[in-house]
Amino acid sequence: MKIGKKCISLCLAAAMMVTVTTGCGKKDTGSGEDAFVIGGLGPLTGPAASYGISVKQGAEVAVEEINAAGGVNGQKLELKFMDDEASEETAVTAYNTLMDEGIDALMGTVTSGACLAIVDLTKEDGILQITPSGSAKGCTEYDNAFRLCFTDPLQGEKMAEFAVNELGKTKIAVLYNNADEYSQGVNDAFVAKVKELGGTIVSEQSFKTDDIDFSAQLTSIKSTDAEIIFVPAYYGDAAYITTQAADLGMELPFIGSDGWDGVLQQVTNKDVVEGAIFLSPFLATDPSAADFVSTYNEKYGTTPDQFAADGYDTIYVIKAAIEKAGATDSESLIAAMTEIEVDGLTGKVSFTADGEPNKDAIFVEIKNGEYTAR
Amino acid sequence: MENFIEILITGLRSGSIYALIALGYTMVYGIAKMINFAHGDIIMIGAYALYVFIELLHMPVVPAVICTIAVCAVLGICIEKVAYKPLRKATPLAVLITAIGVSYFLQSAVLLIFGGTPISFASIIDSKALSLKIGSITLSGITIVTLAVTTISMIALTLFIQKTKTGRAMRAVSEDKGAAELMGINVNRTISITFAIGSALAAIAGILYICQFQSLKPTLGALPGIKAFVAAVLGGIGSIPGAMLGGILLGVIESVSKNVSGELADAIVFGVLVVVLLVKPSGLLGKNKTEKV
Repeated sequence: MKIGKKCISLCLAAAMMVTVTTGCGKKDTGSGEDAFVIGGLGPLTGPAASYGISVKQGAEVAVEEINAAGGVNGQKLELKFMDDEASEETAVTAYNTLMDEGIDALMGTVTSGACLAIVDLTKEDGILQITPSGSAKGCTEYDNAFRLCFTDPLQGEKMAEFAVNELGKTKIAVLYNNADEYSQGVNDAFVAKVKELGGTIVSEQSFKTDDIDFSAQLTSIKSTDAEIIFVPAYYGDAAYITTQAADLGMELPFIGSDGWDGVLQQVTNKDVVEGAIFLSPFLATDPSAADFVSTYNEKYGTTPDQFAADGYDTIYVIKAAIEKAGATDSESLIAAMTEIEVDGLTGKVSFTADGEPNKDAIFVEIKNGEYTAR
Repeated sequence: MENFIEILITGLRSGSIYALIALGYTMVYGIAKMINFAHGDIIMIGAYALYVFIELLHMPVVPAVICTIAVCAVLGICIEKVAYKPLRKATPLAVLITAIGVSYFLQSAVLLIFGGTPISFASIIDSKALSLKIGSITLSGITIVTLAVTTISMIALTLFIQKTKTGRAMRAVSEDKGAAELMGINVNRTISITFAIGSALAAIAGILYICQFQSLKPTLGALPGIKAFVAAVLGGIGSIPGAMLGGILLGVIESVSKNVSGELADAIVFGVLVVVLLVKPSGLLGKNKTEKV
């Protein structure tokens, strides 16, 4: 009995020693002469996997380019990207793992829900966090957090202005996911702005995450005199919705939010999304992106989408912050963020003290089965 | 009015798929006295099998459909032999847990082989070419095919159960396993046939399902599986006409309530179930425990 107890306490003491020493070890590699480690978080599996994979690949292209040119202030960059399955729980675990491995800045997360789950943690750790594509308002709640993409409300307002002023549609139906922060956030702002501009929302239908049958909602929209349908949702939902609308014989035009990017790969018949317009910060056919597109294509065999561009730009933003700060500690990096301006793939971007980006939107139209700038 | 008819038709379509799946639950329950929770995943296997035969092996549609149904029927028999037969004398709870285990096994196996990213897969039915327009009502091709196939399947099943010798054996086993055995009925064979038929119906449901939604993922069978289970209970589990009625009712209620309010749809569906079970605990067409069909 006595021996047993001694054994246990010895083991415990040994375990403590190990944690203490490994703790020190990690810190050394973090701020030493080694690479500047950028942690990445995003879904690599699951229904939102396409976003995470794109961000990761875009970021890898940027890291390789920077390292090939000699790194930042002579220091190489390293990317450690982990899968968060776009789920809150997994994101927290994955973030903790990254912190244990000693990252210097965080690019992530890719999706809004997971991002909201970790902002409190990054605040506590005081680390620079830049989300390439998390558009929920709360993603940049704290001083250490920045975002590269548009916020949900801003997207909603831009789409409302576009629908009413540019397309001249005043009778609008909306179909949104009321179980998703992103979809709900875009929708709320859209509905408010449309009303402000003198349009009417003739039908407001909703669905839940993982729903795949939208026939009932679409039938309901069909019976109204709507001139256009706004669907603020991810590409998977958009593919189901447009396919089923075509099945029901609906010919109303669709407009969407930036989550639509990728919808062409998801639909089995490209005709169903023909003419749809969505907001996007990046278009692969733009001449200014030609170099990036060809490198990316060579490396991964596909054309980059806006998420890949977001990932690429995020790395360059971090690079600019390091150069401006002249240091790699989190505090100086965060302070430098509001002073930089980066001319990236997604346009010229600078950041406000609230962590929001200043940049322009482009509208993408699907024409002849291709994404084209409008 | 036209709108209401379209909503009803949408409900009939999803309801008839629920009914096909519910038949599998109810037949297995009637004969083996167990809830086969892996049944929903047979739908998923059916959808993936069709994908493999058409997209990867480039088979023509008809043989691919037949092979898909055969794969699921054989899988149903195998699952019964491997997972449920050794537990025939065990407590119902043990069998239930095993069924859930089989369900996870199937999902994980598919996840390992095909990955978690949804695979888009074009419908084998040309929905546009078959679609009908009556006034302002549009009947899509997939709706017409779904309604036709499910009706034919249900009539065929009813005839099989009522008219053939095997069907009679199935009814006998469901009524009294011991007495059936004494009458010279091979109980094991009858149970295997039940699983094969149930799984074949699930395969048909899977094919119709994937033609409608055109996107494959390992968890695609979970939701229709649960809904169909609810349909089977609603109609009276163990009763074959009950499963058909329950499935169609559930689909229609779901479609109408989705139209009333997207948020409350599921609450309304399950509310109806609660009310039915309060008034008639054995389900709409369910009979007393002593004489299950």
